[in-house]
Amino acid sequence: MNTKVTIAGVEFKNPVMTGSGTFGSGMEYGEFVDLNKLGAVVTKGVANVPWPGNPTPRVTEVYGGMLNAIGLQNPGIDVFMERDIPFLKQYDTKIIVNVCGKTVEDYLDVVEKLGDAPVDMLEINVSCPNVKEGAIAFGQKADALFDITSRIKKVAKQPVIMKLSPNVTDITEMAKAAEAAGADAISLINTLTGMKIDIHRRTFALANKTGGMSGPAIKPVAVRMVYQASHAVKIPVIGMGGIATAEDAIEFLLAGATGVAVGAMNFVNPYATVEIVEGIEEYMRKYQIEDINELIGGVRE
Amino acid sequence: MKQKMTAKVYSQTEIAPGIFDMWIETPLADEAAAGQFIGVYPKDKSTLLPRPISICEVNKKDGMLRIVYRVAGKGTGEFATYHEGDMVEILGVLGNGFPVAEGTGKKVVLMGGGIGIPPMVELAKELCESGVSPVAVVGYRDNKLFLKEDLAQFAKVYVATEDGSEGTKGNVLTAMDENDIQADIIMACGPMPMLRGIKKYSEEKGIKAYISLEERMACGVGACLGCVCKTKKVDHHSHVNNARICTDGPVFDAEDVEI
Ligand SMILES: Cc1cc2nc3c(=O)[nH]c(=O)nc-3n(C[C@H](O)[C@H](O)[C@H](O)COP(=O)(O)OP(=O)(O)OC[C@H]3O[C@@H](n4cnc5c(N)ncnc54)[C@H](O)[C@@H]3O)c2cc1C
Ligand SMILES: Cc1cc2nc3c(=O)[nH]c(=O)nc-3n(C[C@H](O)[C@H](O)[C@H](O)COP(=O)(O)O)c2cc1C
Ligand code: FES
Repeated sequence: MNTKVTIAGVEFKNPVMTGSGTFGSGMEYGEFVDLNKLGAVVTKGVANVPWPGNPTPRVTEVYGGMLNAIGLQNPGIDVFMERDIPFLKQYDTKIIVNVCGKTVEDYLDVVEKLGDAPVDMLEINVSCPNVKEGAIAFGQKADALFDITSRIKKVAKQPVIMKLSPNVTDITEMAKAAEAAGADAISLINTLTGMKIDIHRRTFALANKTGGMSGPAIKPVAVRMVYQASHAVKIPVIGMGGIATAEDAIEFLLAGATGVAVGAMNFVNPYATVEIVEGIEEYMRKYQIEDINELIGGVRE
Repeated sequence: MKQKMTAKVYSQTEIAPGIFDMWIETPLADEAAAGQFIGVYPKDKSTLLPRPISICEVNKKDGMLRIVYRVAGKGTGEFATYHEGDMVEILGVLGNGFPVAEGTGKKVVLMGGGIGIPPMVELAKELCESGVSPVAVVGYRDNKLFLKEDLAQFAKVYVATEDGSEGTKGNVLTAMDENDIQADIIMACGPMPMLRGIKKYSEEKGIKAYISLEERMACGVGACLGCVCKTKKVDHHSHVNNARICTDGPVFDAEDVEI
């Protein structure tokens, strides 16, 4: 039985990854799961310099999910390279570094610094709804996305995944712009912009007012967008959004995703990632599927 | 090691209106200490995140943890319906806990306000076991003095009530003054205005104070960066002035945090 998938020449032992920002750099959940069993660990977004993030409250629960407005707090690329990459190198899993920035130059700075680092892929976050400057703007206009993607591709030494925002009118247009600019893969969805109001205090639940929604409640939107995007481009798609179980993950594979990431559900079930790896294998045995690649895009019309 | 597990409710009673006292059978008791907390998961899948609840008491011999909580919303509302023998999903043990050893040879004053009182029980007990006789100054809204008797087993207790129905009328600091209580070190948990008051009080008097902070949490284990508080020094993990309350705290040296 083969569970290996290949994305832009990088081979993953299975398609299961972690959603950026929900798994730190693996240290915290390494206490719960064997990181060696994961296809990849995708790190929290890292910028060229440390970012303090947004004021609190930064997280709040909503029906079947949550809103977050962390604001991409991160220790900066220098600390990250000294601490987080060596930590992850101890494990037999692929390392995907999620990169954030406020200007194109910020992104290029991080991508350049990572040039010689032993990481397998870069995931470029142009879709964080929680940072006022830059960032999201690159992910909501096709021409801006094309521009930043091509500039990153010029300096990147590792294959580049562009992480797309669902907060757009036409996801296929964005997917095509990333592909045309040379992206090696795309991942989606990032969080959906939401809001919650505390009616007793008559205040916003989050200090940032708006936050990104994630969790099981967003899954149908994510599956639809992964399906549309994977049919619009030839480059591989990594799907995420509300994945809680192996059944959810398989739905994304059938919709057209080559990889799948588990985000907010790590908070609910810290063992989710490994249980999904095992559940996919069980499903393959049950339906006598020899190669996981048979499932990718395998939904019958 | 931290883990998520299914545990059994050993008992549950309502000890004051809307305040519940639950003993849970769990091997996590082995590792638990005063000031740490657990995440309790509601069964209703529309409410996914673990609810952080402080450890009120630890019974290592029988492998049990005690939590005392106020019904505040959907999750705690669900927990309040549990009975002896029901199963409950918990995540733990979380957080750092109070520095009990620092109390040795000192006049230790514990301060608890409202639903911040529960962790003071285990703290008083552990201090007692280490040979310290703590004083506990606890603040309530009214004369529903939950956990007062529990505390009295391990500490000399002074009470303040907002409505003046018992003890000193006012808050824990009013009770400190009124009873002329001296402290070398304060350990406290309670609402933010009380903790701010204690921080100021300890700075003015030059007393060490350890305070337990609260913030909205998602993961509870340090991964999501949801639960930060401002720190004076650049934090070793974040490299900005933010510490994670769920892992670097919830107990902080009052000097180190900006609240
Ligand atoms: C470290 C720590 C220890 C705590 N210890 C205790 C305790 O011993 N006893 C007790 O009664 N309460 C304690 N709390 C507060 C308790 O976590 C909340 O009252 C509880 O989460 C409310 O959940 P709910 O579903 O009933 O309320 P809802 O309002 O329905 O909850 C919605 C969401 O907001 C979160 N939330 C709501 N209020 C708070 C709050 N005050 N702090 C953090 N998150 C909140 C919930 O966890 C949930 O994710 C503690 C909080 C923290 C951070
Ligand atoms: C607390 C939190 C922090 C996140 N931080 C990042 C981030 O730094 N970079 C990023 O690209 N996406 C970030 N995301 C988005 C997730 O990686 C994922 O795309 C999204 O949450 C949808 O998946 P889910 O429903 O499984 O969580 C974050 C999500 C959450 C909940
Ligand atoms: S709750 Fe996630 S870091 Fe503290």
